Amino acid sequence: MTSLITQTNIKNPDDIYQKLIDLHKGLTPEQSQKVNAKLILLLTNHIGDINVIQQAIALAKPR
Amino acid sequence: MTHSGIPVYKKKTYNKPLELQNQSKRHQLVIVGAGPIGLAAALDMALKGYDVLVLTAFEFISAGSKGICYSKQTLDYFDRLGIGERVVEKGVIWNVGKVFSGVQKDPIYQFDMLPIKDQKNPGFVNTQQYHVEDYLCDALENMPNVDIRWGHSLSGLKTKQNGCQLQVSTKDGDYTLETEYLIACDGARSVVRTLMNLTFEGKVFEDNFLIADVKFKQKRPSERWFWFDPPFNPDKSALLHKQPDDVWRLDFQLGWDIDKAEAIKPKNVDPLIKGMLGDDIEYEEEWYSVYTFQCARMQRFIHGRVIFAGDSAHLVSPFGARGANGGFADADNLCWKLDLVLQNNAPEILLESYNQERVMGADENILNSTRSTDFITPKDPFSQSLRDAVLELSLDTDFAPAFINSGRLSMPTPYLGSVLSTEDRDIFHAGPAPGHPCIDAPIQSDNIWLLSSLGGEFMLLHFGQDAPQSQLKTLIFPTDGLAAVRYGADEGTSYLIRPDQVVAARWKSASFQDIEQALNKAMGKG
Repeated sequence: MTSLITQTNIKNPDDIYQKLIDLHKGLTPEQSQKVNAKLILLLTNHIGDINVIQQAIALAKPR
Repeated sequence: MTHSGIPVYKKKTYNKPLELQNQSKRHQLVIVGAGPIGLAAALDMALKGYDVLVLTAFEFISAGSKGICYSKQTLDYFDRLGIGERVVEKGVIWNVGKVFSGVQKDPIYQFDMLPIKDQKNPGFVNTQQYHVEDYLCDALENMPNVDIRWGHSLSGLKTKQNGCQLQVSTKDGDYTLETEYLIACDGARSVVRTLMNLTFEGKVFEDNFLIADVKFKQKRPSERWFWFDPPFNPDKSALLHKQPDDVWRLDFQLGWDIDKAEAIKPKNVDPLIKGMLGDDIEYEEEWYSVYTFQCARMQRFIHGRVIFAGDSAHLVSPFGARGANGGFADADNLCWKLDLVLQNNAPEILLESYNQERVMGADENILNSTRSTDFITPKDPFSQSLRDAVLELSLDTDFAPAFINSGRLSMPTPYLGSVLSTEDRDIFHAGPAPGHPCIDAPIQSDNIWLLSSLGGEFMLLHFGQDAPQSQLKTLIFPTDGLAAVRYGADEGTSYLIRPDQVVAARWKSASFQDIEQALNKAMGKG
């Protein structure tokens, strides 16, 4: 089973962080929610492996 | 002691100017502003042999809460100005920063500002800005070619093709000065900028921060500590930094709609201090103040014969120590170019590279400082969620802490694509590429450092035997030492180094012509 990568896997976290923030600039909360949902679906499809996604779901749950 | 509400560190003497007795001469160089950048630029030019005149409206070095963090790059510059060791000796050395979140006792993130060890200077030194200004003044006051005019304020400015005419006001009356070049280091509210009607564009951040500089005795490590959402300042941030003489800088985020006068009253500051340091802490107030900030810069830093450096040209948030350090980088970048131009050894167009390179530096500082601010004070509900998600995931995963941005601390800006650089022709697997600052390394074992040996002129750094023929001073290193590793050097490798210790060009094997060509390019003759 492939495990979810939780080690650092990106070189430029600040660039990516800014892209995410910019994506939501000026959106209403509803628009923002939908944009996030689309982003999750796109990345989920890219990953493809349900086991990996399930591990991410487990880590994302409220503490 | 205060003067019109400004706390005074050291009184300085006003002198009646000779110009009021009709003795006037045309100056080569006038610097407006006696803050850290103006004084550093003055010392740099004075050490190069110029007569330097500095104008400042104040008659003292001010105290209060100002810059405290001096980066390795700044310390390397201070070494060339002759005050580096004094600053390091006085200051508190630190390399490690820790970030805390909520009630967690252990840091959720930690960084080291000097990942490459065995360099002369540490990642950072903290000291009160007035100590730095005082040391710069001490050095300047020993020089016969320096005239610092305390209590002389600029009140008018006429720019001309070959210089400018300044009107200066003193308590004894006004006088005029003529100068070939003017360096404006007169801070965020620059009078020069205002007199020239130049714009200063950017973004104001809607938040207030309380700085409490307090004195106390408690054994704590010399580290930068930053808190998100600590119990003593819920939903907001806080920062703790050590300074010399048992002074500590405490910084608390306050929010936008606050009463500033109320916020600095001891009864309101006390609970924050005790919350951070414990109920039993005994401390003395040094200075309390509230600040807001903006990230902004001028479109250009050079306007004819007027050159802007430091806060007069660009402003950033304090998270990242990029204000003063960015300003010193300006002075370092500018002075050798101005020297070559004034000597007629380089065309005036060389100065344009100051504009190009330091606008690049300012943009990088503004970008980093804006991002830190966006993380520390999220602007909308999504930013808030993303920030909080990063902090929470940092407890369970190893990747999330890399997103935590409590300030990305000042590092030198590489001048990528600078007109002064010669791009690599040969393949290098390590070492500073053209436009990057030189890396330090110990030379042999006797406490001699590579950067200290470079000095402040164009030089050639050569590895191995048979250094290429050149008119430049050449430093020769063995191919088996730490320096060779850090410069990715083999037998025959050469680096051409600028006076500000930035790499201009490098080769695995250089001919006399290669070096001549690169040198001409680096002097604006390319």
